[in-house]
Amino acid sequence: MIVLGAACVILALLAALYAAGAALAGTGGDRRWVVSSRRAVYAVAALLTAAVVIVEAAFLRSDFSFRVVAEHSSTTTPTGYKLTAMWSSQGGSLLLWAWVLSLASSAVLYATRSRLREIVPWATAVLMGFGAFFCGLMLFAGPDANPFARLDPAPAEGVGLTPLLRHPAMVIHPPMLYSGYVFFTIPFAFAIGALITRRLDASWIRSTRRFALIAWTFLTIGVALGARWSYSELGWGGYWAWDPVENASLMPWLLGTAFLHSIMIQERRGMLKVWNASLIVAACSFALLGTFMVRSGILDSIHAFGASTVGPPILFLIACVVLGSAALIVSRLDDLRSEKRIDSLFSREAIFLVNNLLLVGLCAVIFWGTFFPLVSEAITGTRSSVGPPFFNRLVTPLAILLVLFTGIGPLVAWRRISIGVAWRIFRLPVAAAVAAAVLLVAFTDARGEPWALALFTFAAFALAALAQEFAKGVAARRALAGGSVPGALLALVSRNRRRYGGYMVHAGIGVLLIGVAASATFQTSRDLFLSPGESASVGDYEVRYVEPTQSVSQSEDRLTLGGVLEVSSGGERFATLYPSRNYYSSRDTDPSSPVRGFFEGEATSEVGRRDGLGGDFWTAMQPDLTRLDPVIERTDRRLAGLAERLPMDDPRAQVQLAALQGSAIRAIASRYTEEGPPANFRVNVNPLVTWIWLGWLLALCGALIALWPTAEARRRRVADVYAARLARDLSRA
Amino acid sequence: MDPDRKRKIRLGVALGAAVLLAAALVYTSFSASTEAKQPSDLLGGGSRDTYDLSGKVVPDSVTRTETGLRFGIEDRDGSASLPVRYTGTVPDPFREGREVIVTGRLQEGAFVAERDSLITKCPSKFSDEAAEDPEHVIIEQ
Repeated sequence: MIVLGAACVILALLAALYAAGAALAGTGGDRRWVVSSRRAVYAVAALLTAAVVIVEAAFLRSDFSFRVVAEHSSTTTPTGYKLTAMWSSQGGSLLLWAWVLSLASSAVLYATRSRLREIVPWATAVLMGFGAFFCGLMLFAGPDANPFARLDPAPAEGVGLTPLLRHPAMVIHPPMLYSGYVFFTIPFAFAIGALITRRLDASWIRSTRRFALIAWTFLTIGVALGARWSYSELGWGGYWAWDPVENASLMPWLLGTAFLHSIMIQERRGMLKVWNASLIVAACSFALLGTFMVRSGILDSIHAFGASTVGPPILFLIACVVLGSAALIVSRLDDLRSEKRIDSLFSREAIFLVNNLLLVGLCAVIFWGTFFPLVSEAITGTRSSVGPPFFNRLVTPLAILLVLFTGIGPLVAWRRISIGVAWRIFRLPVAAAVAAAVLLVAFTDARGEPWALALFTFAAFALAALAQEFAKGVAARRALAGGSVPGALLALVSRNRRRYGGYMVHAGIGVLLIGVAASATFQTSRDLFLSPGESASVGDYEVRYVEPTQSVSQSEDRLTLGGVLEVSSGGERFATLYPSRNYYSSRDTDPSSPVRGFFEGEATSEVGRRDGLGGDFWTAMQPDLTRLDPVIERTDRRLAGLAERLPMDDPRAQVQLAALQGSAIRAIASRYTEEGPPANFRVNVNPLVTWIWLGWLLALCGALIALWPTAEARRRRVADVYAARLARDLSRA
Repeated sequence: MDPDRKRKIRLGVALGAAVLLAAALVYTSFSASTEAKQPSDLLGGGSRDTYDLSGKVVPDSVTRTETGLRFGIEDRDGSASLPVRYTGTVPDPFREGREVIVTGRLQEGAFVAERDSLITKCPSKFSDEAAEDPEHVIIEQ
């Protein structure tokens, strides 16, 4: 099977090279080459699909002659995680990249098979250039990068999947991010094609806009799942830490958001062509940079999976993309001139421009902060870093302005609006914002927090503005066609999916940022050191540590030490929470201290949490094992002594020793509950965190609505083709 | 005014603003950044700036208190040491003798660490990697 898989990748590489070459040959105008290159792209997709199936089958069968399987799975790994262990490996994630790229390329080439005749061959060449690059990495960048590297002899058992990644959110988070990264290459490739052929009207944008939106949607899902995972799996209590790899996924998201807005100006008004071309180049480069940062280990991060061999080639690719595109844009500046000018600073295009500058500014700040350790090392010689306070200080004001423009943008018309009109459309949202500000100052702690207050006020403005848009649309619809309010709303949204889907995304982001501001500003966080039976107060709550718990899961080689917490508020029971900590056996433990290694190896937190619309009560626990230290040491000495006497090359002896280790750990676990040592608890009261997830879901629904093809749009497309034909015939006549 | 000239002025103003903002960004980042230090670097008094202090946890120095943890950090060669006051999450691999990094500032002869800033460098099971790459760090949160 290994040979077959490797052959698939080699053939995919050859097919990708052929597709790129044939596409270039087809730029001369010979359609046969273009058709052939498209078919070669389909072949690449088919071959890489086969390769993915082979790797997944190897994971399912626990075929440890596959190096990637032996290093990232084991016979005890649950089946669901076996299937997803592929992308925790270097080679597996490269294969995933290339595979998604080949599928997306096939889709876009199929969709444009009878359109954009000049641009498509160049775009095909660019896409298959990327495809060949990633297939090449798998084949030539060392055994780590190759999903079909062989282990000979095959070990009897695999290392297993990193416990931190055993979480449902982690199952889909990496492929979502990767798909987001990959889909940005499609508008990028078409932009390059448009630049080379000087076909710089909005046609390339119309054909690839949907792909940019798909990329954005994938990234949105990926980023939010990462945050969700961090919130429920890492024991520190936050959803965002400005970790380099988190930032790497946020930067293309910001640029993609900017791109989705500014292309509307090019479609409508023929302006901002240089800006759009530059934005998509930047978004694609940052998408590659995201891949590079996860895989290169250049910056310390919980995500950086160690230094690797694929870093320098990816960096080289990014340099090629940036320099080549910049040269191309500069050489086409004359063709990229705007067809029109901005008429007024109070027009939708001007507002969009400001929103673009804010988004790009945010990206620039995050980029600088993320790479600051490298910059400072280059300049001063010592590696300095900037922490979350730096990011928070700079990102907060930009995000607040962004919320404001999220509300203004949809209301303002294209070209210009008069003061009278402005007053008519803005008075309601402004009233809502003022009312919100007054109420917040009068009744909440927000009065002492100007930044949060500003954000809440602007968010109230934006949400009211969006609600007004929906209300206006519904009223107009009912005046036209009658019917009930929900019916009119449904008809309104389904007939203008792009517009109202977009509004829903705006509302979602507004709600999300309210949650972020509230939870970041008004969090109550306490670290408690409690023995069983003791209690402490956190904010308005009383927390009592009732008793310690323990459990052992044989199937997952896992020991769980936890605690029962009773939370009451004002004398009434509020919740019973079960925070715990999981310890995992790992294969590379030092043989002289098998038990100690168990407790010091991989460990994960299970958060005990009660979610609510008003706020979450969040607890994590860390057992204090110092009291068990003497027992652990004694057991280690005994086990190590035994291991020396046993014939360790005999598998039966190994099994026996493992069984002894297991019962020793079980004994220590029950001793833990008997002795009931004190434990560290982190208790957070996080206001409005649920709003973050709700806002995210709303934005996601909006994006999906905007993406969904309408029957009407299909009809319009057909009508467009007929109209174009008619116009051509008429001009000939 | 001639529209081309107007355009150029506008471009100039925009570029100027961008350069100013970039300069502000560079300045803030350098003033907000924290430098990496060892205990011996700070013994000579040091300023009240925030540092990333790295070194080994002094054997037999760890005491747990109601509010957190007290321990000593010494240079890698064991020459100089500083007492540290810490609150927040303690990574599992934290032990006496291990290499750690904390962020904080010097106050009256003690290093007062920021909450949750404690990072444990690779424990012995990764010592080969750590020897090859002294910057190699795992972050346990």
